[in-house]
Amino acid sequence: MEFDFSDDQKLLKDQVQRFLHDKSPLTVVRRVMEGSETYAADVWRGLADLGALGVAVPEAFGGMGLGALELCVVAEEVGRSCAPVPFQSSVCLATDAVVQFGSDAQKAKWLPLLVAGKAIGTLAVAEGARRKPASQLATTFANDKLTGLKTPVLDGEAATLAIVLAGGPAGPTMVLVDLTANGVSRKRVETIDPARKQAEIVFEGAAADVLGERGAGARQLDTLHQRAAVVAAFEQIGGAEAALYMARDFALERYAFGRQIGSYQAIKHKLADAYIKIELARSNAYYGAMMLASGGADLPLAAAASRVAGIEAYEYASKENIQTHGGIGFTYAADPHLHYRRSRLLALTLGGSTVWKNRLVTALEKRNAA
Amino acid sequence: MNFNDTPDEAQFRLKARAFLEANAPRRERGTQPSRTVDRDAEVIKSAKAWQAKKLAAGFAAITWPKAVGGQGGTPIQQIVYAQEEAQFVTPPGVFDIGLGMCIPTLIKHGSKEHMMRHVKPALTGDEIWCQLFSEPAAGSDVAGIRTRAKRDGDNWIVNGQKVWTTGAHFSDFGLLLVRTDPDVAKHKGLTMFFLDMKSKGVEARPIKQVSGGAEFNEVFFTDVVIPDSQRLGTIGDGWTVALTTLMNERLAVGIATGILGVEDFLALARSSHLDEEPAIRNGAIRDRLAQFFVESEGLKYTRYRMWTALSRGETPGPQSSINKVVSGKLMQDLASLSMELMGEAGMVSGEGPGNGAFQRQWLGAAGFRIAGGTDEILRNIIAERVLGMPPDVRVDKDVTFAQLESARAKR
Repeated sequence: MEFDFSDDQKLLKDQVQRFLHDKSPLTVVRRVMEGSETYAADVWRGLADLGALGVAVPEAFGGMGLGALELCVVAEEVGRSCAPVPFQSSVCLATDAVVQFGSDAQKAKWLPLLVAGKAIGTLAVAEGARRKPASQLATTFANDKLTGLKTPVLDGEAATLAIVLAGGPAGPTMVLVDLTANGVSRKRVETIDPARKQAEIVFEGAAADVLGERGAGARQLDTLHQRAAVVAAFEQIGGAEAALYMARDFALERYAFGRQIGSYQAIKHKLADAYIKIELARSNAYYGAMMLASGGADLPLAAAASRVAGIEAYEYASKENIQTHGGIGFTYAADPHLHYRRSRLLALTLGGSTVWKNRLVTALEKRNAA
Repeated sequence: MNFNDTPDEAQFRLKARAFLEANAPRRERGTQPSRTVDRDAEVIKSAKAWQAKKLAAGFAAITWPKAVGGQGGTPIQQIVYAQEEAQFVTPPGVFDIGLGMCIPTLIKHGSKEHMMRHVKPALTGDEIWCQLFSEPAAGSDVAGIRTRAKRDGDNWIVNGQKVWTTGAHFSDFGLLLVRTDPDVAKHKGLTMFFLDMKSKGVEARPIKQVSGGAEFNEVFFTDVVIPDSQRLGTIGDGWTVALTTLMNERLAVGIATGILGVEDFLALARSSHLDEEPAIRNGAIRDRLAQFFVESEGLKYTRYRMWTALSRGETPGPQSSINKVVSGKLMQDLASLSMELMGEAGMVSGEGPGNGAFQRQWLGAAGFRIAGGTDEILRNIIAERVLGMPPDVRVDKDVTFAQLESARAKR
């Protein structure tokens, strides 16, 4: 049995961890939260220099030519550091979309730029408050032009490339749009996690290019989300561990009623529960990673399980981190809210727990066909 | 990443499977292995015969050194054998406590004479051992035991009561923790002995459990004489010796076998109705099923991570400590909701899959969450040993056991 990452993969993980520990402490998260930057360009450049933005991209397009397992270990460290960089949108969604569905010309044009961090990509699906099925999208794609409004779009301000899901005569279609071209306007949308900027993007006849198959947008979106769900679970696990150990460290320092608060079972058991949820998430995510890397038939089920467990672990660890800190944890000056915000963001970007639990059971029913 | 055996493991698996094919019937798909230790003399007899057969074929005490009669094998071989054996119908494990806990303690703390006399008969299945630690007033806090041993020349005279003793009624020997000095702090006044369970003054009475079975006993000691030569470790060092035993206990109790799981729940949800629709179409049921799945798969792959470490010859990480605390609650919740799917018939003992298996599981889970370390103690262990948090405040640390007892009496 070899149900673990290889030594090389662990080496990559350590390398990314060291870099982010040094160059992307939580002060950088605050810098982006409070300043005018749309993301931490210095951290992003550093990740590009390490090759981390293209681990799963073929060498022919400037990537490292490795695979999903390497992407997962990078994601865990991005999550641990809470880094304010467009990792999920650009690397896990836009870059993966081009790798999975792009034509040779699209790959040749965009992948080297994305891998080098010179282009930033995002995936634009949502159109305001209510979840809509892909068949009811108001954004339309016709005659190579895109018209409509997408909001919120994660990293929509920083992105130079958007993969947009649009309706049209052929049905939902995924298109690729150069956001620096004419017919695109955008403005910032304030969100619960200001360290990760989001935007409303208006397309008024913007030039767009079909990505993949015309009319296959809904299916392609499912594929992308499934793949990203596994990688996101690792990001959530990294963040959850950071939140857990932040709570543990505080519980060792803080005294109440003459004792370290970490000596009370109410605190110990809460943090033990966080540990339990993290390990359950990690074990599910390992299987998800194995299915993702091997193209295994169990991917729909494993991805859903990774997603559900990843959301639960990070949300539990981050909210109980605030609770363990008590009043100070509710202040803006203390750090626990950074993970609280990020955990909610990551729980919503690819569809929430309710959606994925339902998908999980659907996949389970399919596997255990009566 | 893969689940494949190494060539050595694959070869060992084939050997184990061949032995099992030749000696035991294959378990039918969907039936659960029986691990209950009941009171049927025939069952004990067949368990002893099976143990002797396993030993002769080289599949007992796989990880023990050859010098003490084991196979000198690896932990992963032990796991491979257990995986294979689970697919066959074999007698219940009446030797799990003796070979898993008592004899390893004897090997570590006993004399050469003790080993010469006791290890082999335990291995061959001729002699069964039980463990006598817990008492009515000392469960999670086992160092608070009251059973007293007083020195009388070359002997010790024991009076007191033990409880939760699995298999005391059919055991030949018992590992016994007693208090030899009440005038020091509670952990320091303990001593470990072993004794012949047929000694005069030993009486085992069955305890009927919530689940209807009677695997446990209370054991009474009235002026029982134990020779000093049956002491393990030095006088007053019983707690250290007990820790050896307890380390092994969590490994033995931590694996719940014979339980119904997610797939059984799915099958039931498909065949039951809630109001007018199949239960599996109900959103709340789907939500719970997804939760069960995530926990059950999480445990399965946590085990795979542990096996990977063992297969590489490494020490498994601390994540294995989550197994029992998650599985107890999971088996309880899953059984409870399954009974709900049966409607009022869920109350009927023999109803549903496995002729009442969910009902039995629901009853049994209440005990599983307590045996071998309660959910609460296990959370303490994770917090303290994995997360490095402080131990609970111990108000009994700096007082003698006698003072503790008199303070309790005054209250």
